[in-house]
Parts: sequence; C-alpha cells; structure tokens
Amino acid sequence: MSERIKTGDGGIILTNAEDLMNWARLSSLWPMGFGIACCAIEMMATYASHYDLERFGIMPRPSPRQSDVMIVAGTVTFKMADRIRRLYEQMPEPRYVISMGSCSNCGGPYWEHGYHVVKGVDRIIPVDVYVPGCPPRPEALIGGFMKLQEKIRGEHPLAPELFLEMQDGVPA
Amino acid sequence: MTFEEIKQILITQFGENIVSEEKGPQPILTAPAEKIADLCKFLFEDERLYFDFLQSMSALDNGPVLATMELVYNMTSIPYGHNLMIKIAFPRNAADEPLPNIPTVSHIWRTADWHEREAFDLMGINFVNHPDMRRILLPEDWEGNPLRKDYQAQEEYHGIHVRSENV
Repeated sequence: MSERIKTGDGGIILTNAEDLMNWARLSSLWPMGFGIACCAIEMMATYASHYDLERFGIMPRPSPRQSDVMIVAGTVTFKMADRIRRLYEQMPEPRYVISMGSCSNCGGPYWEHGYHVVKGVDRIIPVDVYVPGCPPRPEALIGGFMKLQEKIRGEHPLAPELFLEMQDGVPA
Repeated sequence: MTFEEIKQILITQFGENIVSEEKGPQPILTAPAEKIADLCKFLFEDERLYFDFLQSMSALDNGPVLATMELVYNMTSIPYGHNLMIKIAFPRNAADEPLPNIPTVSHIWRTADWHEREAFDLMGINFVNHPDMRRILLPEDWEGNPLRKDYQAQEEYHGIHVRSENV
C-alpha cells in the first residue's frame, strides 16, 4: 500500500452510510471544555501540543450545545452535581461521557470521609468510558478516547430497529 | 513590643479577665467571648498596638462531652512587626438548640468576613452583626455542620445517595 503513488484521481471507496457516519462521528469527537479538579490539568496537557488531541479531531467546545463528549475530569461535589446534570442535559444526542480519574469513577480518596463528594459521577449521569488513575496520565485519557471510538464504531445510528432484530434475533 | 507589654495594655483596658497561657511555642491570650469585638477594635485602633492584619481565624469543636467550642484569632501588626494569638471559648449548642452567637470582627478586618462564613458553614457558629451570614463552601440547602465532632452526613442530597456503599 505504502509504495503506491498517490495521484489524487480515480480513487473509489465503497462503504455504507452507517460506517461512513460512524467514522465521521468518531473522528470528530468534540468534548465540552470544562474541568473540575486536578484531573483537568492532565486533560489540558492532553489537549496541548505535547499530546495533541487535535490529531484525533478532538477539540474542546465552549458550549454543551456543540459538544459530543463530556469529560468529567475531577472530583464531583454535591454542589457541582446539579450543574453537571444540567450541562449533560443540555448536550444534544448522541452524547457520551468519559469519567476521568478515581474521584469521578467512584469517589476516589474521598470514598469514606468525603461527605461532600458524589461517590461516582455515574450516580448522576450515565458513563460510557471509565479512565482509572489519580490522575490518569494523558496516554490513559487518549486510551479512553480510543475505547469510546471503538464503541461508536459498533453503533447503528441509522438502521431501523426491526432490521436489527432480524439480523441478531434480539431487540437493539 | 513583647507579649507581656501587650498583655499589660489589654489588662489595663479590659480588666483581669484577660488570661495568658504561655506553655506552648507561642503565648496565647484568652479573652471572654462576648468581649471579642471590642477587644479586636482596640487592638486595631490603639496606636501602640495597631494590629492591622488578621492572619487567620480558626474554629475548634471540643465535642459534645466537653460541650465547648473555641475560636483562635492570629493577628500581626505589619508596621510594628509584632504578633498576637487570642483564644475565646464558649459553650457549644446541642442538636436542638440555636447556634452559639459570637460578635463579628468583620467590620474591623474584611478578611474576617469569609473566615466567619467558613466557621458558620463548617462549624456552626453564628456571628452577630455579620453583613452576609450564609454558607460559603457547601450548598445553601445542606444539612448540618461537617466539622462538628458528632456530625453525621445526610442520607441523600437531591436524590443522590451520599455514602459510598450502594443502597
């Protein structure tokens, strides 16, 4: 493949609409630009030039209305929980959530005596990918994004439910 | 100015109920709780003392058995370079009683405004004549004062289970 000269003409790609759409969606995951605690520092490092999330088409958006992914990067306090739930509800579907770090996975070091910490962001919003670590390194967050891409690749955003039932014998 | 001189000035001004405690690394003056605002105003305004900087204000809960609480004021005079620590102790309220009332010092040092709100939020001490006495860290509808010795976290907050184990 690599030896073939790219001329720019005559190329044809055969695919179906669903795969094309999934490919487009997973190649331009736009997270909501917000961070809650120290994990956000690691998340910002991942966005920055060293790790460069932009090469995956991942760039933070300033509004939940334009976002596909919410990265919950940090300790979720009860005071913040209402705000996070509202921000999640403001995101258009399909929407995904990456829980980054021990705090938002399960309460982290605050699991026992942290009266003010929600013991896992999955108590308030559904989570698609959990990234372990305290805080996770940028590689781990990128790994989380790749897991999410895998998940999107397997989705059927266009297929009617009846078709899926015929194909798998189970309701989607 | 030495601690002894500051103590003598305060005793001549406020009487013998200003007691010193000198066994720790820094000597402490203990004053009656209801006098604290007058005392601080004097410490701030007197030309010999001029404590213009309240470094910190910490609240202590000694638990339901001793049934007392304490407030510790640390202050500095920036031009003179002398320091002072003042402690006040007062009775702690039981669960069904109103919060203890302490005169505010926020009109003397603006720093005390948020320190007192923090003590109100986490320790449950009410500061009389404070301009804005409400919680500073926890949400407005939170129950209880978490740094009290006998604090029990609530079961649920806005439908979210608070403790780690699942229900």
